[in-house]
Amino acid sequence: MTAAPVPYRVVRRIEESPATVTLVIEPDGAALPAFRPGQFAVLRGFGAGQGVGEGVGEAAVAVSGILEHRSRLAHTVTSAGTVPAALHAARPGSVLGVRGPFGTDWAPEAADGGDVLVVAGDDGLAPLRPLVRSVLARADRFQRISLLVGARTPAELLYRHELRCLADASAAHVTVTVDRPATGWRDRVGAVTRQLDGVPFDPSATTAFVCGPEAMVLDTARELLHRGVPGGRIRVSPERNVCCATGRCGRCRLGPVPLCGEGPVVGYDRVAGLLAVQEL
Amino acid sequence: MINTSTSLLGALRPETRERLLETARDVSFAAGQRIFNEGQRADRFWVLRTGSVSLDLHVPGRQAAVVETLHSGDLLGWSWLFRPYQWHLGAQALSPVRALEFDATVVRELCEADPLAGRAITHRLAEIIGHRLQAARTRLLDLYGPYGSGPMP
Repeated sequence: MTAAPVPYRVVRRIEESPATVTLVIEPDGAALPAFRPGQFAVLRGFGAGQGVGEGVGEAAVAVSGILEHRSRLAHTVTSAGTVPAALHAARPGSVLGVRGPFGTDWAPEAADGGDVLVVAGDDGLAPLRPLVRSVLARADRFQRISLLVGARTPAELLYRHELRCLADASAAHVTVTVDRPATGWRDRVGAVTRQLDGVPFDPSATTAFVCGPEAMVLDTARELLHRGVPGGRIRVSPERNVCCATGRCGRCRLGPVPLCGEGPVVGYDRVAGLLAVQEL
Repeated sequence: MINTSTSLLGALRPETRERLLETARDVSFAAGQRIFNEGQRADRFWVLRTGSVSLDLHVPGRQAAVVETLHSGDLLGWSWLFRPYQWHLGAQALSPVRALEFDATVVRELCEADPLAGRAITHRLAEIIGHRLQAARTRLLDLYGPYGSGPMP
C-alpha cells in the first residue's frame, strides 16, 4: 500500500457501454505492490497542466484486471460523479495517480476442492473479473465453476465478448440474464437469483462470490443461504462509496464495519444483519 | 438437469411423482414455435427437459414484451390450476425444446381423486408460484440501480 499516488499511464481504453469504460494502465516508473482479485486502488485523474499530486480528486475503483505483462492493471469506471467523469474521459497516454492496493481480496483458495459460484450484478462483474480469471487459471483445484451475470439491459452488460468466449470455451458454466431484453436478445430474461436453478453446485461444498448493488447482493446471499450454502462461505463485496481508503471519512461504513479497511470483501455471515437494516 | 428449487417433479414424493408421470407424454417444439398465447384456454402444462422458452406479454401496438425465460427443469404453465383456466402470458420456444406434457383436466381429476397427491402437487405449485412472485417483486426494485430502489421515505 502506498500513501502517495504513483503515476500510471493509460495504454488502452475500452468502451464497455455508453457510460462505462475499462482503462488499462501501466506504471510510468516503479509499479505498486501486486494486487489481488477483489482489492481496489485509489485513482486520481488530472486536468490539463496538473501533476501527479494535483489531480481533480480521487476515486476508489476495484481492479478489473491484473496483468503480469508490464505490471498492468485494468479499472472499469463509469461516467457518474465528478471524479469518475475525469477518469472516464482519460485517453491512452493520459497519466493517472494510483494508490494501493487496498482492502481484502476474494481469497479463492478457500474454495479449493469444492464448487465455485460467482454471481455478478451489473457493474459488480468488474471486481469479480480478476477472480474469474484466477479461478479458471487453476480450474483443476475446484470441482465445478459457475458464473452467473445479471444486468438491467443487454447494453449495460460488461465484457460481453469475454463472456461469450467464457461460455463457449472455458471450464465455467456461464449464465447471463437481463431484466429488460432489447429486440434481438436471445439469452435469458429474469432475476439473477432465478438462474441458480440451473447451476450445478453442492451447497455444502460451495464457496460463493457475490458482487453488485446491495439489493442484489442481499437477495442473492439470502437465496444461497436458503439453498444451504453456509453464510461464512458466501463472500460478498457490497457497493459502498469507498472514499479515503483509510477508514477515516466513514463514507463506506456498513454500521461498525469500515469496508475500505475491513472489506470490501467480507463474509456474508458478518454483514447479513447490517445489510438488512434500513437506512444503514 | 432437473433443478432443485423450483421444479415440480423433483420435490414430489416418489409415488406422487409416478402417478403424475403416468399422465405425461413427451413432446417437442421447434425454435420459434408458439406454445400458447395469452387469453387462450390453459388445458395443458409442461416440465421442460431441454431448451428454453420465453414468456411474453402482449403490448398493444408493439412487439410482445418478453418478461422471463424458462429453462431445463422449469415448470411451464400454472394457469390451468385456477379458474378461468386461461393463460396470463404467451410462451414461445427460444430454442428446440423437449418437454413432458401433462393434460390439465387429467391432473385436476387426479388431485380430486387422491387428496394426498393433490395436496402435494398444489403445495409444490404454490411454492413455485411464490418463488416466481418473489423474483418478480425483486425485479420491481430495479435490482441493479445504484442503491437497489428509490429514495428512502
